[in-house]
Amino acid sequence: MLIKQLSIFLENKKGRFTEVAKLLGEAGINMSAFTVSENSDFGILRLIVSDTDKAIQVLREHLYAVSVADVICLHCPNQPGALAKAMEIITAAGVFVEYMYAFSEGAAANVIIRPDNIERCAEVLTENKLELIAASELYRL
Amino acid sequence: MYWNETIECMSRDEMRKLQSIRLRRVVEHAYHNSPFYRKKMQEMGLEPGDIQTIDDIVKLPFTVKQDLRDNYPFGLMAVPMSEIVRLHASSGTTGKPIVVGYTRKDLGIWAEAVSRCLYAFGFNRNDLVQVSYGYGLFTGGLGLHAGVENIGGTVIPMSSGNTQKQIQLMHDFGAKGLACTPSYALYLAETIHNSGIPLEEFQLRIGAFGAEPWTENMRKELEEKLNIKAYDIYGLTEISGPGVGGECECQNGTHLWEDHFFPEIIDPVTLQPVEPGQEGELVFTTLTKEGMPMIRYRTRDLTHLIYDKCDCGRTAVRMGRILGRSDDMLIIRGVNVFPSQVESVILELPEFEAHYLIIVDRVNNTDTFQIQVEVRPEYYSDEMNKMLALKKKITNRIQSVVGLQPDIKIVEPRSIERSMGKAKHVIDKRKLS
Repeated sequence: MLIKQLSIFLENKKGRFTEVAKLLGEAGINMSAFTVSENSDFGILRLIVSDTDKAIQVLREHLYAVSVADVICLHCPNQPGALAKAMEIITAAGVFVEYMYAFSEGAAANVIIRPDNIERCAEVLTENKLELIAASELYRL
Repeated sequence: MYWNETIECMSRDEMRKLQSIRLRRVVEHAYHNSPFYRKKMQEMGLEPGDIQTIDDIVKLPFTVKQDLRDNYPFGLMAVPMSEIVRLHASSGTTGKPIVVGYTRKDLGIWAEAVSRCLYAFGFNRNDLVQVSYGYGLFTGGLGLHAGVENIGGTVIPMSSGNTQKQIQLMHDFGAKGLACTPSYALYLAETIHNSGIPLEEFQLRIGAFGAEPWTENMRKELEEKLNIKAYDIYGLTEISGPGVGGECECQNGTHLWEDHFFPEIIDPVTLQPVEPGQEGELVFTTLTKEGMPMIRYRTRDLTHLIYDKCDCGRTAVRMGRILGRSDDMLIIRGVNVFPSQVESVILELPEFEAHYLIIVDRVNNTDTFQIQVEVRPEYYSDEMNKMLALKKKITNRIQSVVGLQPDIKIVEPRSIERSMGKAKHVIDKRKLS
């Protein structure tokens, strides 16, 4: 249920993301989801890929600073109030969200969440019958 | 182990006597054989007879780097060119290079000085030493080379560059020693780490590092990363080259071989000698050099001298760490900034790599002070807050030490250029425009 997410430090310079995308593409690695957090100097590219170990290897060979973090992916209906319900549960359980990002397709939405207490977060969401999807499912989306 | 116990452990009194004899001789030699020094002394109303003891040295005129440039290439030679057997030159980043000539005897004294350093570091005739200083006009390579041969060790004359091969041969030959600049040693350490060859497979035990100032934190880092003892070897082309002094096993000051290279510390502004032990600019007089004697040569290196007997048993005067160069000092928004201050902060923060680049510029009539740093791989975080906290931490530390707020720019791993020789830590764009 826990999903491995890669974070890559990138300087705010033209073409940096292009190079990462190209490296992963050439290695036959697919990106399922990504987001970029940035300030004026640098950005942190967070992404979920089809082959985490291989991606780490390829990126480190090219001297990128890569770290791995566990995240969860909430699978919920793509409709008003669905996310609010999940967030209320998380907040009520005293879990703090470091960051999150989402993508939706048709009737379903996927929300990737990085909580400060990942076990507790997964536990309360499951208890409340919310669906968390596994990495293997995410990669197939 | 001492290479030359008589000299290295001589009583201060005896050393002063020896220095007095040799000073008289070198002043005599310079006066009679160097038009440059004769003119300088005559302008001050000095004759060789005015110099009787080493204490009289303060009467003599100073020599500065510009004098070497003005007399380019051979104007300061004090012997016929037929006596000169070797030339070296220091890379002139501004203007002409400076050229130094050695007689056969000068080369012998230089090798003697390097030998004393090598013994103080713990080398002997059984050891393989990889010399990764540049060979050529630069004194580093050939200077260390001659020293290793003189003590009967085995020299691996690698010169600088070709880093993969450096590591391969160091590994395959089982080099016990590495001689290069501290910044290149750091680069070699990183390359060894990335090569995947376990450090235990190397025989490396001792590093002889010099040709650029380095800090105590840099020493710790090199000793840890290479599993060695790292020693300072000090020198400058104008005086002979590496080996003017070297540390001993106490790692508490660099012993200067003052029977050949007499050190003084002066106030760089008033040019007066400072009280013993006080900081100031290091000045050398070569007491035995024939080819190109240097009288009271101003090194621009800022340091202090320690005259107490060392725990290693040597009485030879010690030089403290070089705090910077009086001409390396940057004046940014009116504040005096030494790159060594920045370096010491970066090295004491475990989150950052030892490589850095200071970029000074002037934008809208205001000086900018940017420092590029690399975060160590294990400290890169996926959380923006943590990365910004790292940036704030180093900003505050540097501001408190330097007195000026830097604009810290965290750059990608290994994007700061690694140096094969002397590291370039400062780009002052104000000078370019």
